[in-house]
Amino acid sequence: MALSRVSQQGIVLGIFAVMFVAFVVFLPGFFTTANMLTLLQNVSVLGILGLAMAIVVIGRGIDISLIAVLAVPPGLVLQMVQDGSSLPAALSVALLLAVAFGVFNGWLIAYAEVPALFTTLASGLFLAGFGQAALFSLDVVQWSPGMQGFEWLGQGRLLGVPLPIIVFALACLLVAFLLRSTRPGAYIYAVGDNPNTARVTGIPTRPIIVLQYVLAALIGCFAGLVMASSVNSMPTRIFNSTMIYDVILVVVLGGIGLSGGRGGVLNVVIGTLLIGTMLNGMTIMDVSYSGQNLVKGVVLLIAVIADSFVNPRNEETAQQGDI
Amino acid sequence: MSVQLKRTALRLIVAASAVAAMVLPARAQQGLDEPFQGPFKAALAGKTVAYLPVAMNFDLTEGWFAGVKRELEPFGMKVIVRDPNWSTSAGAQALTTLISEKPSVIIVHNPDVQTYAKLLQRAEKEGIFIIQINMGSVYRSSAFVGANWIEVGERATEAVVKACEGKSGKIAVMQGALSAATSAYTLKGVEDVLAKHPNIKVVSSQAADWDAAKAKAITQTVLKQNPDLCGIVGFWDGMDIGTAAAVKEAGLTGKVFVATSGGGERKGACELVKSGAFDLNLSYDVPTQAADMAAMIKWLLSSGVKPGQVKGSIYTTLIPITKENADSQTACWNLSDLKK
Repeated sequence: MALSRVSQQGIVLGIFAVMFVAFVVFLPGFFTTANMLTLLQNVSVLGILGLAMAIVVIGRGIDISLIAVLAVPPGLVLQMVQDGSSLPAALSVALLLAVAFGVFNGWLIAYAEVPALFTTLASGLFLAGFGQAALFSLDVVQWSPGMQGFEWLGQGRLLGVPLPIIVFALACLLVAFLLRSTRPGAYIYAVGDNPNTARVTGIPTRPIIVLQYVLAALIGCFAGLVMASSVNSMPTRIFNSTMIYDVILVVVLGGIGLSGGRGGVLNVVIGTLLIGTMLNGMTIMDVSYSGQNLVKGVVLLIAVIADSFVNPRNEETAQQGDI
Repeated sequence: MSVQLKRTALRLIVAASAVAAMVLPARAQQGLDEPFQGPFKAALAGKTVAYLPVAMNFDLTEGWFAGVKRELEPFGMKVIVRDPNWSTSAGAQALTTLISEKPSVIIVHNPDVQTYAKLLQRAEKEGIFIIQINMGSVYRSSAFVGANWIEVGERATEAVVKACEGKSGKIAVMQGALSAATSAYTLKGVEDVLAKHPNIKVVSSQAADWDAAKAKAITQTVLKQNPDLCGIVGFWDGMDIGTAAAVKEAGLTGKVFVATSGGGERKGACELVKSGAFDLNLSYDVPTQAADMAAMIKWLLSSGVKPGQVKGSIYTTLIPITKENADSQTACWNLSDLKK
C-alpha cells in the first residue's frame, strides 16, 4: 500500500505545505522576500539547536541540558567582556567551558552509564545554577562596549540575507557533512540504531557517545552566541523557559525518531520551517499568545496522530528504547 | 578714663557675658538627651526583616535587597532572603515557613494578585508587618511600595501617541506574560489612553513572555508588515531590548518611537536610551523604592501600631528617562554602587 510508505517527515512536510499555501493565499504580506527572511531569521537559533539535538537523538540519546549550554557559556563571554577581559580570551574560556561540559555529560552517559535523560537533566540544572551563583551578577547579561563588532553575528547581513540564516545554513551543511560523509557520522548512526551490534562490530561506541555530547554542547554554545548578539544581551533565565521542548519538537516533528539511528539534517530543516511558518503567520494575524499555543498544540497532535495512523506501531516496528 | 572708653568697656562686658550665657550652660549640663531615639533604636535592634522576591538575580530584586540592607543593617536589624526562583509554589511554601519563623516584617514581591493573598492576611494576624513591593496582591497590607502600573501604561502610551502625530498612527503593544497582573494593569493604562485617541491603530498587541528573543521575533514580523509603524509601547526594558534590536535591524531607529519601563539600572536603562534603542524609559527608581520600604519599616516598628491596623501605599514617582537626562549621574543607578 502506497499510504504506508508516507513517513512522519512526509506528513509534516504536507502540513507545512498546506499551511504555507494557505498563508500565501489568504495572508497579504506573508509571501514577500522580506517576510520570508524574517521568518527564517526568527527560527534560525531554534534550528541550530535542533541540529545539536538531532546529533544526540540519532545516537539514541537526548540532551536536556542544551538550553543551559546555550545560556551559560555565551553569558560568560558577555560578563567577562563587561568585567574587562578581551573578547578572544572570553570566547576561549566559554568554548573550553562548553567542551568540558560536553565531555562531562558524555563521560557520565557513556562510561558511568547513567541514562542520558537524567544525566543531562541534572547537569543542565547544575550548569545553570553554577552560572547564576558564581558567574553572573544579574540574570540578563548586557552587551558592553568591548563586544563592539561581535553583534554582526546576530544582526549583520551578507548580500541582503540576515546572518543568522546564513549561519544556520552553514551549520546544516556542516552537520550534514559530518553525519553523511565522515566515519564518526556513520558511527553515530550505527550506535543509535543498535549499540550492542555497533560494539560487536568494533565501533568505539563510548568515545562516539562522548563525541555526540561535545558536539551538541559546542553547537548549543554557538547558537547562544548568535542569540546573544541578535538581542544585544544574554537573558540567562531562558534556561527556565520551555524552549527545550520547542527544540525536541523540531526534531521529533521533523521525523527523527527518539529511538535513534534514523533521520538527518533535512528533518530538522522541515521541523524548523513548520514551526517558523506557524509562528510567523500567527504573528501577522495578531493571534493572542494563548491562541498561538492552542494552534501549536493542535498541529502537533495532528502530526502525531496522522503518523500513528499511517505507521502503526507494533512489536516489529517498535524499537527498543522507543518513548 | 573717658566716658567713651567706659561705654566701650561696658559693651564688651555685656557682649562677653551674653556669649558666655549661651555657651556655658550647655557645657555645664553635658548635652541634652533626645527622648525618642532610644525607643526607636530599641524597636529596631535585633529585629528580622524577611525578603521574599519572585526571584533574585535581576536588577529590581537585587537592588531592593541591597538598598533595604544598607538602610536597616546599621540599626542592628537582620535582613534575610528567600529565593523561590520564579516558582510560585516554592514562594508560597517559603512564605508559610516564614510566618512560623515570625520575623518582624516580611517584604513580599507577589508573583500574581491571588496566590499569596490569604497567607499575607494570616501573617498580619499573627503579628508580622507585610510590605508589598511593586506587585500588590488583592489583600492590602500595612504598606504597599511600588509603581502604579496603570500610570506606567498611560504615560508610555501618551508618549507614543505624541510621537505618532502627523504619522501613520500605527502602533504595536509588546505585553509581558499574560498571567502577570503587572502586564494586565499596564495594558489597562494603554487602553485608557487609546480610547481617547481613535486615530491611533494598534496593529499588533502580543505577549512576549518577558523574553527578549520573542519580543524581537514579534517586532521583526510586525515591522515587515507595517514599515510605517510609528511607535511601540513595551512593558519592560529587559524584554524590550529585543524589541529595540528589531527596530535597529530594520534601520528604523529614531523613526519608530520605543517606550518602555523598568527599574532604571544603568546598563538596562540609561545606556540603552543613550544608544537610541529606547526613546523613553519610565523608571520606577529601585533605590528610591528600597529607601521607601526601609522608611516604612522604621516607621511601623517604632510607631507601636499593630500589623494590619494601618494600611497605606507609597506609589513610586516615575522618572522618565530620555536622551536629555540619560547622561546625568542621578537618572540611573548602578547595582555595584548600591551593594557597597
